Amino acid sequence: MAMTRRDSLTLGAAALGAASIPIIGAHAAFDDVPTADVKAPEYKIEQGASLHVIRPAKFIDPDEVYWKENTKKFSDKTGVDVKVDFVSWEDLRPQLAVVANTGAGADIVVSFGGDPHIYTEKLVDMTDLADYLGAKYGGWYDLALLYGRKWETKNWIALPMGGGTGPVLYRKSWVNEAGYNEIPNDLDKFLDLCQKLHKNGHPFGMSLGHALGDANGYSEWLLWSHNAFVVDEKGKLALDSKETIAALKYATELQKTMIPGTLTWNDVGNNQAYQSGAIGMTFNGVSLYYTMLKSPDPKVNAMAADTFSQDTPFGESKRKPMTAAPISAMLFKHSKYPNAAKEYIRFMMEKDQYGLWLSNCLGYWCQPLKAYSQMKFWDSDPKLKPFKSALDSPFYEGYKGPIGAASAAVIANYTVVDMFASVVSGANTPEAAAKQAARAAERYYRRA
Amino acid sequence: MGTTTADVGLQRLTFTRKPDGLLTRLFDYKPFLVFLCMLPTIGLLLVFLTYPLGLGLWLSLTDATIGQPGEYIGLDNFLYLMEDPIFWMAVGNTIFYTTVATVGKFALGLWLALLLNHHIPFKAFIRAIVLLPWIVPTVLSAIAWWWIYSPQFSIISFVIVDVLHLRDTYINFLGTPWPARWSLIVANIWRGIPFVAITLLAGLQTISPSLYEAALLDGASGWQKFRRITVPLLMPILAVALTLSVLFTFSDFQLVYAITRGGPFNTTHLMATLAFQRAIPGSQLGEGAAIAVSMIPFLIAATLLCFFGVGRRKWQQGEAND
Repeated sequence: MAMTRRDSLTLGAAALGAASIPIIGAHAAFDDVPTADVKAPEYKIEQGASLHVIRPAKFIDPDEVYWKENTKKFSDKTGVDVKVDFVSWEDLRPQLAVVANTGAGADIVVSFGGDPHIYTEKLVDMTDLADYLGAKYGGWYDLALLYGRKWETKNWIALPMGGGTGPVLYRKSWVNEAGYNEIPNDLDKFLDLCQKLHKNGHPFGMSLGHALGDANGYSEWLLWSHNAFVVDEKGKLALDSKETIAALKYATELQKTMIPGTLTWNDVGNNQAYQSGAIGMTFNGVSLYYTMLKSPDPKVNAMAADTFSQDTPFGESKRKPMTAAPISAMLFKHSKYPNAAKEYIRFMMEKDQYGLWLSNCLGYWCQPLKAYSQMKFWDSDPKLKPFKSALDSPFYEGYKGPIGAASAAVIANYTVVDMFASVVSGANTPEAAAKQAARAAERYYRRA
Repeated sequence: MGTTTADVGLQRLTFTRKPDGLLTRLFDYKPFLVFLCMLPTIGLLLVFLTYPLGLGLWLSLTDATIGQPGEYIGLDNFLYLMEDPIFWMAVGNTIFYTTVATVGKFALGLWLALLLNHHIPFKAFIRAIVLLPWIVPTVLSAIAWWWIYSPQFSIISFVIVDVLHLRDTYINFLGTPWPARWSLIVANIWRGIPFVAITLLAGLQTISPSLYEAALLDGASGWQKFRRITVPLLMPILAVALTLSVLFTFSDFQLVYAITRGGPFNTTHLMATLAFQRAIPGSQLGEGAAIAVSMIPFLIAATLLCFFGVGRRKWQQGEAND
């Protein structure tokens, strides 16, 4: 890359000084995004090209509204007809599997986490586009590099477009009432906070049910904050460890402070409980805050005002023990219009489009390109802070091993989640649960 | 016009009959004709039944994942499943779920059918209403049950705690294994009753009233009439309904997947949900297929048991009923 990070930061500072634009809902040019002067790759759009795109369904309205608006802009400009399907999260992976295995259907699939690593052979290389965007927008965050490139190579197999993360969201007044000013990073103190919240009737609540996003996020935090992990750097099983046992024992104590029923929650369980005032603290994406902020009900708006956010407690980890689930655009080799498809992805990632989408979603899909962190809306609301650096994390699914089919299978089969669930419910001992989970995970890793 | 046709017919009759060609004789050959007429059906069965089933069997013998075709690994998937406690729990759950839910459905369904068989006002309307749980798409009713069982927003808990003040805390329906299993069974029974009730009602209406009248003259009690007339005459249709119901329940997927997704910690997985969970979200196609294939012996056994155990009648062997 011709452009270093330092250069782009300088540029960024200059751009910041120069521009002042309305913050949210703006359609103006996005001058608050510092860019380097890099020549865009020229993709010659094929004659009569049309595209079919599949992406995850919205959780908040602007996600879909502005995606569609940007797509329409692309169609108007290039004459390429683009059909976009918004697919519910559970259905996305089965649909992706069908597209990949039949070699027909969508040209571009935007999907989660390690999915591109399962279909590597079927994807068009994105290195040229990723290098260009990285050079222009101040480089990619660690998680984008990890998920976008083939493991231990510099070849991009997919283009990361954003990522959601789930920091602590809490009711400030209730946490204050429990004697804390903010969420403590120390695990013992965090437990103490949860016990006090419980005593005051505003407990902590986090799913250990079969909730793909929430339950996996919570169990990963439990592992990483205790310095435990599923596999080592070589993909060798490391789950059955004294750190995991400690995490399991800690989780059992935390569970006693939680609202009943968390083992049955799916991904909306904590959102509903938080918005009804039944819990005072949870881990979630910005969508929870956003929904309350935009609610027509003033009572709910007041709850949003009382809601604060913070990175998940560090515990024994040196960096925030939380990851983000990135979404990446995969371009399939069976696409008849690969140039049109690349041009579409490039267009969507350029600041006039991406800035519009990102800022109106209040950073729901946090940026994978560093320059977008300079956008002013990020600083317009201090509660967005943990989301701003979502993809700036060394943690990923299947940390510390390679990303691939095995790490994806462990997540999808709730192997770690069920380990915690069986212990906190008293159905299993920590030692036995860790052994069983390690055995189940090993099967996936042995095959990968 | 009539005469013309008749004339032509007469004329034709006067022609001497030529010896039949090979093709004509072939089409006159009955076994061949039977085979020919069955060809479309055989084709359909091959394409839509044998091929998927064969593919499933083949997949269960490979280590295919989503994205990779996989290689033949013999019975490795099955051997792994033999040692997998979650698989055995799913087998146990499925048998328990099927047994209890079927008994419940038939007890309540038969009762409902007997009630509906009486002359009651708005009969047609009530019968239509009864079918509702069966008509509503399962996923929708599953979501309704999911709300009913919600730990925070359950209507049942609301009534018990906030209206009747019988308890202090909301009921945690799905949070622990046994309550979760029972909750799912209740939802399944609710959904299955209409099928049983309407099928049995149809059976009840074929029973001739004269039999009951004769019994009445003989001084038979209500129970005797039920035991000696209703039950034996209902048996054939009961056997069919039972077989279908057991098959539906055994391979139930939607209710469980929508309400618990197999949680908490896999204790409510049925074989069908576990197969899907492992094969599609978990992308282990081979292992998922092996679980699905493992259902086949159970299904065959259950079918045989229902068909011959409960309703062994002459008509099932192709003879007339007596």
